Amino acid sequence: MILEAVRLALTAIIRNKLRSFLTVLGVVIGVAAVIAMVTVGQGSSEQVRASVASLGTNVLVARPGRPPRMGPPTGEPPPRFSVKDADAIAELPVAAHVAPMANTSQTVVAGNANAATQIYGTNADYLAVQNWPLALGRNFSDAEVQAGSAVCVLGETVRAKLFGASDPVGQSLRVKSVSCDVIGVLAAKGAGSFGQDQDDVLLMPFKTVQRRLKGNQDVDSIAVGLSQSASSEEGIRVISSLLRERRRVGVTQADNFSVTDMKEISSMLSGVNSVLTGLLSSVAAVSLLVGGIGIMNIMLVSVTERTREIGIRLAVGATSAQVLTQFLVEAVVLSILGGTLGILVGLGLAYGGSVYMSIPFSPSAAVVLLAFGFSAVVGVVFGFFPARRAARLDPIEALRHQ
Amino acid sequence: MAKGDPLIEFRGVRRSYGSGEAEVVALDHVDLTIREGEFVAIMGPSGSGKSTSMNIIGCLDRPTEGKYLFKGVEVQDLDRDSRALLRRHALGFVFQGFNLLARTTAQENVELPLIYKGLPAAERARRARAALEKVGLKGREDHDPAQLSGGQQQRVAIARALAGEPTVILADEPTGNLDSHRSHEIMQLLQVLNREDGITIVMVTHEEDIAAYAGRLLVFTDGHLTRDEPVAERGAP
Repeated sequence: MILEAVRLALTAIIRNKLRSFLTVLGVVIGVAAVIAMVTVGQGSSEQVRASVASLGTNVLVARPGRPPRMGPPTGEPPPRFSVKDADAIAELPVAAHVAPMANTSQTVVAGNANAATQIYGTNADYLAVQNWPLALGRNFSDAEVQAGSAVCVLGETVRAKLFGASDPVGQSLRVKSVSCDVIGVLAAKGAGSFGQDQDDVLLMPFKTVQRRLKGNQDVDSIAVGLSQSASSEEGIRVISSLLRERRRVGVTQADNFSVTDMKEISSMLSGVNSVLTGLLSSVAAVSLLVGGIGIMNIMLVSVTERTREIGIRLAVGATSAQVLTQFLVEAVVLSILGGTLGILVGLGLAYGGSVYMSIPFSPSAAVVLLAFGFSAVVGVVFGFFPARRAARLDPIEALRHQ
Repeated sequence: MAKGDPLIEFRGVRRSYGSGEAEVVALDHVDLTIREGEFVAIMGPSGSGKSTSMNIIGCLDRPTEGKYLFKGVEVQDLDRDSRALLRRHALGFVFQGFNLLARTTAQENVELPLIYKGLPAAERARRARAALEKVGLKGREDHDPAQLSGGQQQRVAIARALAGEPTVILADEPTGNLDSHRSHEIMQLLQVLNREDGITIVMVTHEEDIAAYAGRLLVFTDGHLTRDEPVAERGAP
C-alpha cells in the first residue's frame, strides 16, 4: 500500500510539475543552503588544519613588539631583531632550524613578464622550518647566504607568471636594480589560512634583501623550527627568556617582542570558522522551516482543490487512513524530492565555492543524510495537518464539491 | 446469497438534520426492502428524501433512528472505516456528474477501486480492461476523461463500478448530464448488467422514461415512501 501510495504521489506531483517545483523551492533552498554552508565550513576548517600543518606544527615565530592582542603599541617602536638574535636562538638546544626573515614587496621582472610579489629574505634553513619541498632546482647554499648572492627560489605562482611553460632554473630575473639568478622552484602549497596565496612568493638570501633591496640591517621576524623533543611551550619559554636577556628587558617590564606558535592562530581561525558556519547554518535552517510551511500551504490548497477526488476515493472504498497516507506520502515525497534537489544544488554550490576560494571540497555523508532526514521530517510534520483534513472529509460533501 | 433474498432493508429509518426548532426531517420512518437482483428506480421531487435514501443505502450516511440492514448487517452501527470496507467490497457508484479523476486515463480510473481492494497491478489491469470492454470502450483505455464524450465518460464510471464486482450498483441520476440518445444507451447497458450479470441496481432519476427501464418504482414525497409498484416490462426501444 505504501508503494502504491508513493507511485500515486509521484503521479500527482508529475501532473503538477511547475506547482510541485515552486512548492518545494523553499525546501530546495533551505537544504542547499545548509549543505553549502556546512560543506564550505568544513572545507575551510580542513584548510586551516592543513595550512597549520604545512606551516609546521612545531614552528615558532618571534616578532619585535608586543603580541597584537595586548593593547595598542607604546610610544616608541620596539627595537628590531638582528641576525645575531637569530644566531643566538640557533645555539639553543630546542631550536632545530632557525630562519631570520627580512621581507619586502616588489615587482619582479623577467623578459616581458612582471609580477608584484612578496620577497622573503631568509637563509637555507627556511625550507626546513616550513617543511617546504622544492619542485625544481636547489636551495641556497650557506656560502650564497653568507655572501648575499643574487640568487632566488621562486614560488609556484611567481614561476607561472614570469616563465610560463619554460624551465626557469638558470634564467635570470630583475628586482629593482638587482639582477638575480633563479636556482630553484618551490612545490605548490595552495591557499593559506586566510585564503592568501602562499605560492605568491620569492625567496632570496636575507643579506641580499637587506643590503640591495631595503638598505638596512633589520630582521623582521625569526622563524624557529623546534627540535623533535621540544614542546612549543618549552620553546616559547626558552626563546623568550633568551630574547629578554639579549634585548635587556627589565624584570618588571613586559616583553617588547612576541613568540607565538601556530596553535593560537589555528584555534582562533577554527573558532571564527565554526561561529560563522553555525550562524549561517541556523539562517539556512530557518529557511528550511519556511520551506516546510510552504509545503503545508500548498498541500492545504491541494486538499481543497482535490476535494472531489477525495470524495470519489472515499466512495469507492478508501478508508480515512488510506486517504491520510496518500496525502502524507505525497507531502513526504515532495519534500524528499526537494531535499534531494537541495542536496545536489548545495553540493554544487559548495564545490563551486571551494574551487573559487581554493579550499578543499569536503562533502560529509553525515550532513547529507541529516539534510535528507530533515526534509523527510519537514514533509511529515507539515504534511500531517492537510492530510488529516483530507481524511476527515465527509464523502457526501466532498462528492458535491465543485 | 440467492436471487430474491432481501439485500437492502430499511426498518423505520428516520434521518434528520439539525436539532430542536431547526430540525429538518429528510426521511421519516421509512420501511423498505430491496431484494437481490432487482432493478429499482427511485423518483420524487427535490427534498423528498430520495438522495438521502441513496446516501444511506450507499453507506455514505447513517440513519438518525431506525435500522438499515445490508445483507443482514446492521449498517447504522458501523463506524466510518467499516462502512468504507462495505462500499469497497459490495457497492459500486455511478454519479450524475461521472466523477472521474481528471487527467487520469480510463484504465486508471477503472483501476481505482481495485487499488483499495489491494489487488496486484497485473490483476487490476486485467479486470479494468475486461470492465471497459464490457461497457463497449475497448480501445479507449488510454483516453483521458477530457478526450471522451459524456456518454463515454459515464461508461467509464460504470466500468469503474463494475470492476469491483459489486453486489449493488447505486446510480444517482446516471443520465442527468446526457442527451436523450446517450441516456437510452446507458440505460440499456445498466439493464444488461442487471439481467445478465444479476447485479442489483438502485437508481435515482427525474425522468419517467428512464425509470421505465427498471423493474420497480419507488416514489418519495416529503420524506415518506408514497408509491412502491412494479414497472411494466419494457424491452429495448
